Amino acid sequence: MSEKKKASMARYLIPLFIFIVLVGFFAIGLNRDPRLVPSPLVNKPVPEFSTASLEQPDRVLDAQLFRQQKVSLFNVWASWCVSCRQEHPFLVEVAKSGRLPIYGLNYKDQREDALNWLGALGNPYTASVYDQDGRVGIDWGVYGVPETFVVDGKGIIRHKHTGPISPQVWQEELLPLIERIENEAG
Amino acid sequence: MNRLRLQSLVLLLLLCLATPAFAIIEVHTFDDPVKEERYRKLSEELRCLVCQNQNLADSNADLAKDLRNQVYNMIQAGKSDREIVDYMVARYGDFVLYRPPMQTNTVLLWAGPFVLLLIGLAALAVFVRRRKSATREPMSPEEQARLRRLLEQRGGEPRS
Repeated sequence: MSEKKKASMARYLIPLFIFIVLVGFFAIGLNRDPRLVPSPLVNKPVPEFSTASLEQPDRVLDAQLFRQQKVSLFNVWASWCVSCRQEHPFLVEVAKSGRLPIYGLNYKDQREDALNWLGALGNPYTASVYDQDGRVGIDWGVYGVPETFVVDGKGIIRHKHTGPISPQVWQEELLPLIERIENEAG
Repeated sequence: MNRLRLQSLVLLLLLCLATPAFAIIEVHTFDDPVKEERYRKLSEELRCLVCQNQNLADSNADLAKDLRNQVYNMIQAGKSDREIVDYMVARYGDFVLYRPPMQTNTVLLWAGPFVLLLIGLAALAVFVRRRKSATREPMSPEEQARLRRLLEQRGGEPRS
């Protein structure tokens, strides 16, 4: 190939190369959900709280809840939350299986509405924190309901899942982590 | 036109003049104008995580209202702007800052557009220079003769 031909070929190859690189970026970027905000609380200790329980108004719940077992879930829910209905039956199943305790954060809700909701749809929560004004939610960085945190027995948040939990999420995202935590020494 | 039509038209025009009220829903009163200014600035510098394209000042979301309350309470409690921002970032991450911070992982975000502009200008300069040098080449004598012949041929033929 002559020098001139090689030079002009390069001129066409450079934009093609740039295009391919851009396509690569778009392929990765466009497949992500732009609304998901990663939590800065992962691998940090649970935020302290001291709030009344939903079911027993005179009982105070705090972060000690999480130290009572090797791993547990902290699920943010509310009776006004439509997506919560989606994941609720699955949560009830998990609770029934006794795999691990699920604690609830009843976020910006009315006690009566929340209790009625649980009465109608089932209660998977070992205990629910009654966070009526959402202050506990702010400390946990809650921005959309439902959200679920995986917390280990040392009170460290290991993972946060935003959005409803489906069997697929459970199988692929949560269960491997839960098993890993359970197998940790100490 | 008749009176009713005229009145309807005037009403329509007046309605078009009604502008949206750029006001935050709840009223937070400050005794100190400095604090009020800080509150205003902070609500504009923090992002609403529900309506992610709005800052706290513009958003009607419940979370935005709660966070504005939080900012208000913290100002009243004597916290500095830095402490309030750190409080939010500790809970929600860097994304809560409406203006991305200048950090190692955001340098590309900030500098990127300027870098691309420079590359574009450089490419343009190269392209223009190449075109200029291309047209500056004089024609060889053979090419000049050929051109003359073609023009004479063309001149003798009817326009198509």
